[in-house]
Amino acid sequence: MSKAGLKIIVCIKQVPAVQDIKIDPITHTLIRESMPSMLNPWDEIGVEEGIRLREKYGGEVTVITMGPMQAKEAILRCLAMGADRGIIISDKALAGSDTIATAYALYMQIKKMEYDLIICGKISTDSETGHIGPHLAELLNIPQICYVKKVDLDIEKRRIIAHKEADGGIEIVEAPLPALMTTTIGLNEPRLPTLKGIISSKRKEVKVVTAKDLGGSLSNYGLRGSPTFVDEVFEPPSRKPEMIFQGDPKEAVEKIVQVLLNKKLISSRS
Amino acid sequence: MLERSEEIPNHKGIWVFTEQIDGKLKNVGLELLGAGRKIADKLGEELVAVLLGHDVNGLVKDLGAYGADKVILVEHELLKQFTVDAYTKVLAELSIKHKPSVFFIGGTLNGRELAPRLAARLNTGITSDCVDFDINSDGHLIHVKPFGKLMAKIICKTRPQMATAKPNVFKKLEPNWDRRAKIVREEVKINPEDIRTKILGRVEANKNPYGSIEDADVIVAVGKGLCSKENLKLIQELADLLGASVACTRPTVDRGWLPSSQQVGQSGKTVSPKLYIAIGISGAMYHTVGMKNSDIIIAINKDPKAPIFQIATYGVVGDLFKILPLLIDRLKKEVKEVKLRITAKDTQKRIN
Ligand SMILES: Cc1cc2nc3c(=O)[nH]c(=O)nc-3n(C[C@H](O)[C@H](O)[C@H](O)COP(=O)(O)OP(=O)(O)OC[C@H]3O[C@@H](n4cnc5c(N)ncnc54)[C@H](O)[C@@H]3O)c2cc1C
Ligand SMILES: Cc1cc2nc3c(=O)[nH]c(=O)nc-3n(C[C@H](O)[C@H](O)[C@H](O)COP(=O)(O)OP(=O)(O)OC[C@H]3O[C@@H](n4cnc5c(N)ncnc54)[C@H](O)[C@@H]3O)c2cc1C
Repeated sequence: MSKAGLKIIVCIKQVPAVQDIKIDPITHTLIRESMPSMLNPWDEIGVEEGIRLREKYGGEVTVITMGPMQAKEAILRCLAMGADRGIIISDKALAGSDTIATAYALYMQIKKMEYDLIICGKISTDSETGHIGPHLAELLNIPQICYVKKVDLDIEKRRIIAHKEADGGIEIVEAPLPALMTTTIGLNEPRLPTLKGIISSKRKEVKVVTAKDLGGSLSNYGLRGSPTFVDEVFEPPSRKPEMIFQGDPKEAVEKIVQVLLNKKLISSRS
Repeated sequence: MLERSEEIPNHKGIWVFTEQIDGKLKNVGLELLGAGRKIADKLGEELVAVLLGHDVNGLVKDLGAYGADKVILVEHELLKQFTVDAYTKVLAELSIKHKPSVFFIGGTLNGRELAPRLAARLNTGITSDCVDFDINSDGHLIHVKPFGKLMAKIICKTRPQMATAKPNVFKKLEPNWDRRAKIVREEVKINPEDIRTKILGRVEANKNPYGSIEDADVIVAVGKGLCSKENLKLIQELADLLGASVACTRPTVDRGWLPSSQQVGQSGKTVSPKLYIAIGISGAMYHTVGMKNSDIIIAINKDPKAPIFQIATYGVVGDLFKILPLLIDRLKKEVKEVKLRITAKDTQKRIN
């Protein structure tokens, strides 16, 4: 850890605030502009955890996002919650990134920075791959702890100790810092920005980074740098219903019971 | 960083990581062998199960029975328990050596940590939560997955083409115990220092009062139409009568009515029970991707235009608060009768 204390980086994503996302029929990408948006709930939890660890051990919380300039709103919200500074990686050349290309851009920025802990969400609500955390940990060659339910640091020994979700229970794990962790719902209750927080956020730095600033060949970014692409979108096939009952509820119930009996789905188990 | 492998002809073989925990194979690995068999036959390539662990060679015959032509087996003390560091290291080395064209990994909690880390190490593309696979005219794997209200076909230009799928999406083959897989044992060096994230201990989960939904035969599922948490009593009563587990949609989890362990759909679990009763559920694609493979779907919804009716086997248009009490009453009688009949049969048997 540097003299200035812990360096925490939280990766955040702005996501559509609507339940059913829209896809551009031509480019096959998510339509983000002019859509109501919000901070990915797992990232709100990530920012909260970063701030709590800073409050406990001292240091600095930086939030990073890659996305259209509109995503600056999400950065400002994190700053109003109490994060110290923001970075937005924004460039037309980054459009159409799959998860590998997204993680690569984040990696190119983060590798230039100092960090002890990187926090990502378990998933984002719009595409829900959950790839970015593990991709990024691998590119940075640092240990990862996914699905964290509780976390603390051992500053002396430079270690992270966490409770994480595992098949059939909770695992208690530890790893040396620097490390990357991903959040789960329930890790904490994120605070709401206060008026004071909102006012002071206006004075905080938000750095804009372009693809050229990231460095390396432009062919590593965006659609060109993505190993996967959407070839086609189509309507999901629908299954034809066998029967629809309308009208008298008593009759409908009778029909359901007949179906259950015919298919031997009523048993004496209960 | 590893050079991206775009030399497609050099990559051959459909690989499935068949995860085991405490010597028991995870179902999703066997399901992916089923999906992989179809692809392997189309391409005329080998279907390979990759098995890691300690003292797990007894599982090889199962992998053969469920469709694998070959099993790559790596046994090591440090592979006894899953760690993302050791498992990534071994799978990456195997993949670099043997160059598979396709690599499937089941979307368990471990699989979802492992697969994207491995993809980044191999510098290749990965598609999550696939629901179908096919091969296009160029020999690329078509990954089919939900995309907004639509479905997408995704192509990967690099090799191996990596993909994950949730449990219960694909079907296992009928096991054929005469079919034997060839065993290829591989040695991989693993040192304790390779494992950076160490497991210190485990806390077992409490018993789930709503029942596990992954392996339930009958599921009673509720949506926002239930209106409030109090009304869950009605659902629980119906579930008890049917010996069913209780599942739900995302908005009911968001409202704190039910825990996320019961959520079905894109961001929840995928289920395929014999019977799925959807109550007060609109049938959004994000929900139906998680249950549309159920054998029978009964939907109860007051809106005749609700999309759930497009996939339901039987639909009831009506108010759930009128229908459920009637159904519960009727089932109580029926269950009693079934019980009586069974006792009568038993007595008959004993007399005979
Ligand atoms: C419906 C749909 C399905 C898709 N499926 C795939 C797929 O299977 N494979 C694939 O390669 N691409 C896929 N994509 C593209 C992919 O969504 C984008 O690359 C996306 O920007 C990152 O993935 P994610 O949202 O799934 O991230 P996740 O991995 O789910 O996000 C987890 C965490 O990573 C961090 N994070 C994610 N994105 C950013 C960002 N832009 N800036 C900063 N931090 C971030 C946040 O901490 C977030 O909480 C899909 C896109 C859509 C719309
Ligand atoms: C990326 C992403 C992932 C998602 N993942 C999931 C997921 O995993 N699982 C999931 O479920 N959703 C998921 N969603 C949300 C999904 O799009 C839908 O919003 C959700 O499934 C709707 O839930 P619902 O059917 O309970 O509610 P609604 O859509 O509000 O439907 C309620 C239904 O109840 C009916 N109803 C109301 N009152 C009565 C009554 N008295 N009697 C009978 N019927 C009544 C109404 O007619 C209506 O059809 C996801 C969304 C996104 C964007």
